[in-house]
Amino acid sequence: MNSVILATASRYLLTLILMFSVFMLLRGHNEPGGGFVGGLVAAAAFALYFIANGLDAARSILRIEPLRAAVLGLLLSLLSTLPSLVSGKPFMTALWIDTGIEAIGKVGTPLLFDVGVYFLVLGITLTIIFALAEEECRV
Amino acid sequence: MNRLIILPVLVPLTTALIMLLLPRRIAVHRLLGVLSTLLLSVVSVILLNSVLSGGILSLQAGGWAAPFGITMVVDTFSCIMLAMASLIGLTTAIYSIGSVDEKQEHNFYHPLIQLLLMGINGAFLTGDIFNLYVWFEVMLISSFVLLVLEGKPEQFEGAIKYVTLNLLSSAIFLAAVGILYGMAGTLNMADLAMRLPMLEHRELLSVAAVLFLITFGIKAAVFPLFFWLPASYHTPHVAVSAIFAGLLTKVGVYAIIRFFTTIFTLESTPFIHHILLWVSAFTMVTGVLGAVAQYDLRKLLSFHIISQIGYMIFAIAIQSPLAIAGGLLFIVHNIAAKTNLFYLSGIIRLLSGSWNLRQIGGLYATYPLLGLLFLVPALALAGIPPLSGFWAKLTVIQAGLEAQQWLAVSVALMVSILTLYSMIKIWNEAFLKDNPLSGDEGQRGREYHGLSAGKKTALIAPAIILAMFTIVSGLWFEPFFILAKGASLELLDAGIYSKAVTGGIP
Amino acid sequence: MRVLLPVIIGLLYATGIYLILRRSMVKVIFGLVVLGHAANLMIFTVGRLTKGSPAFVPHGATGIAEPFADPLPQALILTAIVIGFGIQAFTIALFKKTCQSLKTEDLDEMRNTDQLEKESP
Repeated sequence: MNSVILATASRYLLTLILMFSVFMLLRGHNEPGGGFVGGLVAAAAFALYFIANGLDAARSILRIEPLRAAVLGLLLSLLSTLPSLVSGKPFMTALWIDTGIEAIGKVGTPLLFDVGVYFLVLGITLTIIFALAEEECRV
Repeated sequence: MNRLIILPVLVPLTTALIMLLLPRRIAVHRLLGVLSTLLLSVVSVILLNSVLSGGILSLQAGGWAAPFGITMVVDTFSCIMLAMASLIGLTTAIYSIGSVDEKQEHNFYHPLIQLLLMGINGAFLTGDIFNLYVWFEVMLISSFVLLVLEGKPEQFEGAIKYVTLNLLSSAIFLAAVGILYGMAGTLNMADLAMRLPMLEHRELLSVAAVLFLITFGIKAAVFPLFFWLPASYHTPHVAVSAIFAGLLTKVGVYAIIRFFTTIFTLESTPFIHHILLWVSAFTMVTGVLGAVAQYDLRKLLSFHIISQIGYMIFAIAIQSPLAIAGGLLFIVHNIAAKTNLFYLSGIIRLLSGSWNLRQIGGLYATYPLLGLLFLVPALALAGIPPLSGFWAKLTVIQAGLEAQQWLAVSVALMVSILTLYSMIKIWNEAFLKDNPLSGDEGQRGREYHGLSAGKKTALIAPAIILAMFTIVSGLWFEPFFILAKGASLELLDAGIYSKAVTGGIP
Repeated sequence: MRVLLPVIIGLLYATGIYLILRRSMVKVIFGLVVLGHAANLMIFTVGRLTKGSPAFVPHGATGIAEPFADPLPQALILTAIVIGFGIQAFTIALFKKTCQSLKTEDLDEMRNTDQLEKESP
């Protein structure tokens, strides 16, 4: 798509939407939001950038292969279950650090899990979108 | 010990993730595939051991108490299924090294197999109905991708049928889950087993039971719902066919056993077992008749899967301890024998260049040992003593006689003869008769002889392992029978299960 | 709502079943999607509808007050929707590939894998 306005705007919007997605991710513990929604919003940001600037630009600004991001996210979620296994509690028991961090709120394994979900959803959604886009370009 | 319960799910998942992080290292994929399934086998043996000595194990994920959180439960039945799944996983991992070509391996063949195993193991472990749905979907989505991995037209065509019917079954599953939750207010299997008998408004109970029966009936490929199976199982790569044939339908059978012994008992929904009896007879007959008509090797074997499912359903329909024990033995025997037949069909295809029995012949003259290897699972499937299939069939039929189901028993015996007939047909056509394509002798077996010695070993070894299993479990039948009997008593007494889950919080 | 939702569920089921009986692959996909939605809505309705009451234990109380909203059906639906999203994405890609590969989208013409005699290579 050749729109100067959209291309220019998408650069600023990318940052804004990504920040919003992190906000969604962090407020998710007690309010609507969370890793899944945050990941979808972030994927939407990159999808917008791709619509405005094309596939190669979107890939290069993402820096990491989407599938790899998904795998790393899943691995992170998996790692978040390790503390419960090590400390002898039942599998996936939530463990919290007593003193929360000012801007983030309560910190613990569920947050780690949510961050993992964020990257998983971001990666998978972009994998699907990019794969469909490549198909379109070739035809 | 309780923490081990999660391992059958975590091991394949971690392996798949490591494989996905190293997408170009095919050698690592192969090695990890074998190592992970080896570890799974060890874990399932340890679990079986501890369940036999210490009773049913359960794990409450996140430490949330039983009816509220998600529960993982291991009883003897789950242990047997886990052990069989890891055996098939291990042999398939070895067989894939020899048979799957590199293009597919680069398309994430090995991680997909691991994810498939994760879904299957999860379904065997879970104690929560909605969680079972989730594991079914994990299993299905990996199987969808494995089915079309080579991208051949007939694979797409088979996949359309497979995917559509399985999605339909998922939608029915969801509806049944909704109805059951609306009635009982819980989805924990142990909690349901206690609550259903004293439910006040039970009008919808039979609706939910029938919906569950249809869902699992589609997955298990029973009589009126099996059409996706022969339409799709002969299309994917033979290693994929083999693991599907061994495990996927058995997950459906597992769910039927779990639901219609522990949750919906003979007292609460008696008509279900009546339906099951008719379904089993029709499944046996239609499956074997379909097989008799086929000349395509893998289609013939696919129809046999359906016919053998009938015996398992028959065992569930009778519901006596002996019958359930027979059903379990039949599942164990069938998983090993059926998968082995698919492995061997792949080797036959490589040797002769065709799946069509009319174009194969004379293999016994050139490869007599392969012929003998083929006879082991084939005769076991037909129920010839002293192989494992004989004892399994004997137990089921004896239970049928005790329950005085003369008609169904005679059907089962007739089907047995037809099974023998179609196995002999393969033997005659592929091994005994003269080679129909004698003109171009040079073409034959070229594909097989072009393989390296390592690949040849990887093709033959799994078949030998499974054949040994069939022979050993036939000759030393007693420990298997005792195990199955224990598992069936445990299944039929829902109290043990419920107590272990809801009272066994660590 | 107690009358309206069951009627909608019924309509969705009728639409879904009608669509999956069609010969066109695209309509079958829509049918499957609609059936999934019908099942989700059914879980929502059967899990008891309550209006304006939260699922929380009030401060200082020992138990939950009687008309409370059950959060579980919604959690189930959310999970089912997410799974459905993934599977539908795969199904659409599969149907598209099938269409390109077989040059048809009429399900009645896809009979090759069911036929008895097919010359395989």
